[in-house]
Amino acid sequence: MSTEHQGFSVHKGRACPLDQANVDTDQIIPKQFLTGVTRAGYGKHLFHDWRYLDLHEQEPNPEFELNKPEYQGASILLARENFGCGSSREHAPWALADFGFAVIIATSFADIFYGNCINNQLLPVALNSAQMDQLFAAVAADPGVEITVDLPAQQVVAGSLTFGFELAEHHKNNLLKGLDAIGQTLELAPQIEAYEQQQPAWL
Amino acid sequence: MAKTLYDKVWQAHIVDQIGEDSLIYIDRHLIHEVTSPQAFAGLNEKGRKVRRPDRTIATMDHSISTRSLALDACGPQNQLQLQTLAKNCDEHNIQLFPVGHQKQGIVHVMGPEQGLILPGMTVVCGDSHTATHGAFGALAFGIGTSQVEHVLATQTLKQSRAKTMQIRVDGKLATGITAKDIILAIIGRIGHAGATGHVIEYCGEAIESLTMEERMTICNMSIEAGAKAGMIAPDETTFRYLEGREYAPKGQDWEAAIAYWKTLKTDEGAQFDAVVELNGNDIAPQVTWGTNPGQVMAVDAPVPAPEDFSDPIERESAKKALAYMGLNAGDKLSDVAVSHVFIGSCTNGRIEDLRAAAHIASKGKVADSVTAIVVPGSGQVKRQAEEEGLDKIFEAAGFEWRLPGCSMCLGMNDDILTAGDRCASTSNRNFEGRQGRGARTHLVSPAMAAAAALRGHFADVRDFQE
Repeated sequence: MSTEHQGFSVHKGRACPLDQANVDTDQIIPKQFLTGVTRAGYGKHLFHDWRYLDLHEQEPNPEFELNKPEYQGASILLARENFGCGSSREHAPWALADFGFAVIIATSFADIFYGNCINNQLLPVALNSAQMDQLFAAVAADPGVEITVDLPAQQVVAGSLTFGFELAEHHKNNLLKGLDAIGQTLELAPQIEAYEQQQPAWL
Repeated sequence: MAKTLYDKVWQAHIVDQIGEDSLIYIDRHLIHEVTSPQAFAGLNEKGRKVRRPDRTIATMDHSISTRSLALDACGPQNQLQLQTLAKNCDEHNIQLFPVGHQKQGIVHVMGPEQGLILPGMTVVCGDSHTATHGAFGALAFGIGTSQVEHVLATQTLKQSRAKTMQIRVDGKLATGITAKDIILAIIGRIGHAGATGHVIEYCGEAIESLTMEERMTICNMSIEAGAKAGMIAPDETTFRYLEGREYAPKGQDWEAAIAYWKTLKTDEGAQFDAVVELNGNDIAPQVTWGTNPGQVMAVDAPVPAPEDFSDPIERESAKKALAYMGLNAGDKLSDVAVSHVFIGSCTNGRIEDLRAAAHIASKGKVADSVTAIVVPGSGQVKRQAEEEGLDKIFEAAGFEWRLPGCSMCLGMNDDILTAGDRCASTSNRNFEGRQGRGARTHLVSPAMAAAAALRGHFADVRDFQE
C-alpha cells in the first residue's frame, strides 16, 4: 500500500503445481526470515524448508516442484484447500511476489492471507475442487501450457479449459486500479472524526 | 430484529458504507516488532502521521531472548528489528513496553492484563492470535502489515461483514480437562479450515463456567479453525476480571461502561450461519498427532490411519503428516517419547496455566531424556509466579525458568528445536518446522505438557489426580 501500483489486468504465464492442502504461511516463509525491516528480498527464501536440503540454501531439493526444470519461470502457482493458513505474516505474499508469482490458483484460501494478497497486487483465484483437478491434470500433461488469467472477465483459460471465478467487487477494483487504499480512506477523514466525537470518553 | 453479539459490535463501529464494504473504526491497535517496521516505513515515505497514538500500544515479544534482556542477544537482525520498533514508537509518540519493562509481555497476554481490552471494542494487531481478545466480547482479529499501516494512518479498516458460527459447548468438564482440550476438540471436529469466513461465538455451560484466562485460550485458537475471530459474551466473570485494571474505566465511567457491556450478548432468536454443538462431558485430554491443529485425538486413542479419512485430501494430508511426525497408525501415545517440553505462548502462558503445570511438576522430576522450559507470557505473569513460588517448583523438578516472550512457539529467537526433536508444546501451531526445521510438535494443555516432561513420553493427566 505504501507504493503506487500499476494495476492488475490480464496475466499470461506458465504454472507450477503444488498439489497440497493446508499450505501454511510458516511453509511459505519460515520465521527465521521475518527479522527484516523492509518488504524486499523474501523471494529467495520462499518455501525454504521444502525447497532446500540444507539450512544455507546451497542445495536445492530436486524433488520439490519449484526446483524442477519444467516449472522454471512459472508465474502462476496451483495449490489445494486452505492455502496460506496460519500466521498473518504479510511476508508470505511478499515472498511469493518477489519470487515471480503473479497469481495463486487454489481450491480455497485462508482469510488473512487472501486479504494480504489483494493488498500486494497478487491475484488469489479460487476454483472448485473438480476444476482444480482438471487444471493440475492439464499442467501435468503439458508443463508448458500457457494459462491466461483475465481479471476484468474473471476467467482462467488453460488450453481447452475455461473457468470463471468469483471475486468481491471491491477486491477486483483494488487490483484493477492499484489504488492507494490509505489515500482513499484519508479522504473520509470528516466521517472518521465525526465517529470519534460520538464515542464514550472512557474508551 | 434479533442480533448476534458480532452484529452488535460490528454495527457499532461502522464509520461509513462503501459499496458492500464497511469502513470500521478500530478502538485498540496492538503492535510488535515483527509486523510493524514496513508499515511505519510506508507512513514515513508518504509523510503520514499516526492518527491515534493514544489508541496504539507496542511491546516487544517475538524476536527477543528468553535468557537475556540484551536486545542483541539473538543477533544483529533481531536487534535491528527491536531498535526499529523503539525508534518508530518514539517518533510517533506511541507507548512502548520494551524488553525489561515491567509491563512487557507477549502482546496478547500484556493487553488483557493491563485492562487495554474491553468488551465491545474492535481490536487489531499484525498477528493472527489477536483472536485471543474476543474472550472479552471484543471483535478482535489479526491483520497484515499493509493493514497495520492503514490502521496507523486512519484508525479504520475496510472490511466485509463475516458469516457467523455459534459453537455451543454444554455439560461439565471432567477433572483434568482444560480450555485447551475444549478448543482442540472443537478444531478436531470442524477442521483446520472449518470456520473460514466466519466469526465464531462460543457459548454454553462449559464456556460460561470458564475463567477469563481460560476463555482467552479458547478464543486464541479460533484462527486455527480458520475463523476471522472468536467471541464470548461478557458477563460477571469478565467485569470482575477488568475492575481495577490500569487501563480499564474507573468510577462513573465504570458504571456507564458496565451498563453498555451488559447489552453485548446475542439476542434470543438471532440466527447464525452455522451452528456446532459439543458435549463438554465427552471431552478427553487432547494431543495433536499431525501437522495441523485439526489433526488431533484423545490421549488414550490410537494414532489414526490415513484410511480412516473418507475425504481424499484429508487422507493424503494424514499420510504426509504421519511420515513427518514419525508416527504409525495404531501407535499409542504413551509409547511415544518426547525430547522437549515447552510451556508458554499467547495460548497458555498465563498464571493459571503455570499453576496447572506446576501442580503436575510438583509430583516428580523431569525425565533425564527431556529438556523442559517454562516461559511466562509477560513480566507480570513472571512476577506473580515467583511470588507464588511456582518458579521454585519448576526448577526443583528440572524445568528451566525463563524470561517472558513468544519463545519456542515460533522460534524467532534461539529457542528452536532441531530435526527429529519431539516437543509436547502448549502453543498453538504444530505446522511442519514451526519450532525448528524437521522438529515435531504436539499441541497439549499445560498440565499434559508437564505430565509428558515427568514421564518422558505422553501421559494421561487424569492418571496424576490423587
